[in-house]
Amino acid sequence: MSLPLFPPEHDPGPDFVGLLRLTAGRAADPLRAAESAPGRQLDAAGNVAVPHGTTVVALRWADGVVMAGDRRATAGNVIAHHAMDKVFPADRHSAVAIAGTAGMAIEMVRLFQVQLEHYEKVEGSILSLEGKANQLAQMVRQHLPLAMQGLAVVPLFAGYDTARETGRIFNYDVTGGHYEDTDFQATGSGGRDARSTVKLGWREGLGEDEAVDLAIQSLYDAADEDSATGGPDPVRGIYPILAVVDRDGYREVPEEQVAERFGALVARKQAEREP
Amino acid sequence: MTMPFYVAPEQVMKDRAEYAQKGIARGRSLVATTYDVGIAIVAENPSRSLHKVSEIYDRIAFAGVGKYNEYDQLRVAGVRHADTKGYAFSREDVDARSLANLYAQYLGNVFTHEMKPLEVEILVAELGDGENQLYHIAYEGTITDEDRFTVLGGDAETITERVAGLWRPDWDMASAIKAAASALAGPDRTLAAGDLEVAILSRSNGRRTFRRIEEEELAQLLA
Repeated sequence: MSLPLFPPEHDPGPDFVGLLRLTAGRAADPLRAAESAPGRQLDAAGNVAVPHGTTVVALRWADGVVMAGDRRATAGNVIAHHAMDKVFPADRHSAVAIAGTAGMAIEMVRLFQVQLEHYEKVEGSILSLEGKANQLAQMVRQHLPLAMQGLAVVPLFAGYDTARETGRIFNYDVTGGHYEDTDFQATGSGGRDARSTVKLGWREGLGEDEAVDLAIQSLYDAADEDSATGGPDPVRGIYPILAVVDRDGYREVPEEQVAERFGALVARKQAEREP
Repeated sequence: MTMPFYVAPEQVMKDRAEYAQKGIARGRSLVATTYDVGIAIVAENPSRSLHKVSEIYDRIAFAGVGKYNEYDQLRVAGVRHADTKGYAFSREDVDARSLANLYAQYLGNVFTHEMKPLEVEILVAELGDGENQLYHIAYEGTITDEDRFTVLGGDAETITERVAGLWRPDWDMASAIKAAASALAGPDRTLAAGDLEVAILSRSNGRRTFRRIEEEELAQLLA
């Protein structure tokens, strides 16, 4: 191993993916590594039999954003994992959540996290929120050949824009197209159901607690309608991951608190059914 | 055909060393010292944007004196090395020792094989769980490790004496920074917050232990 120094014409600058390509060749490029994977192997339902992550949701509140994701990963009709994390900190002021092929998605998040920190250290300044969203879009776009083979990754990106002093949400498609959503967004197999719930409950100027409760409600409804979305699991003590991003940065809502709120939601539902 | 004049290798090395030392001595010095929960790096640097001290990785900081473009190139290479290693293996597997060795090899190579040696002296500091490491690498690739404090730059000997007189094993951040600043200044002048660049590696900072002490906070610490 030697010091990674490059002549000016080949210098990758603050681009970590470019650096990986230069130092370790194409094989080390995680976004393209399996580009020449053999033909797709589908199960009876037409799904690739590898673990998939499902519902994630993001919504804006008065001083930031809330992001939430259920914990289930499925491979075809089988539950592959009961306690997968789908919501991650991207850096201090942003979060990324994933739906789609779990292995690829987690690798993409890892690469994205390193890329943001790498940029910050090499350049000595932090990318704007929009810059971060564009970086992620490029990663999703480079992944397109694999997406066409059925291994799609669809992230959701949200963060606190320190320049505009507001929360912002970006939604992606498999081609790397990204669209800013002003208020809320959900993706994954239960995304539609989650979105309906958020749509009904969302209003301008939500407080943090209200936003967290709305996200919890939306995941509950998604799990109710979509078999690939996991609901709260009090037996094993597995609850969705909820993260809040505001001026002070990224923080996860403690598990006990999430459990408590789910408990309250279930109690309310039960009370509604009593004659 | 004209023959080049014979120059003894001793002479070549001596000339190169002198050249590098002169270049380094033109710049201002820097002190790195451990304190109770971390490492403080204090550099005399009036610029707010051309940094002498920067972050390499979670627990590793870099500092350089001498020619800015030369040590900045080394800094970026260090970030690249650490980030690729951490990505390929795990964040825990990134250590300062291997990086310091790479720097030493590179500086040594340039010193013996190239026309012009690098006019830099660099520091790789690592915050350990128990023990901290300060790797000091000179322009010709000589590497020394310290676990108390180290001084980089042209005036290193006098400043080292001053720091040694003030150094205490369990001092806090404020007294460490104050002492480093007064050692850099010497008896005849004082350095204000605007003349200094200060950064710390502190166990209280979470995963990324590196933090810059901005001018306002620094002024309060020095007061």
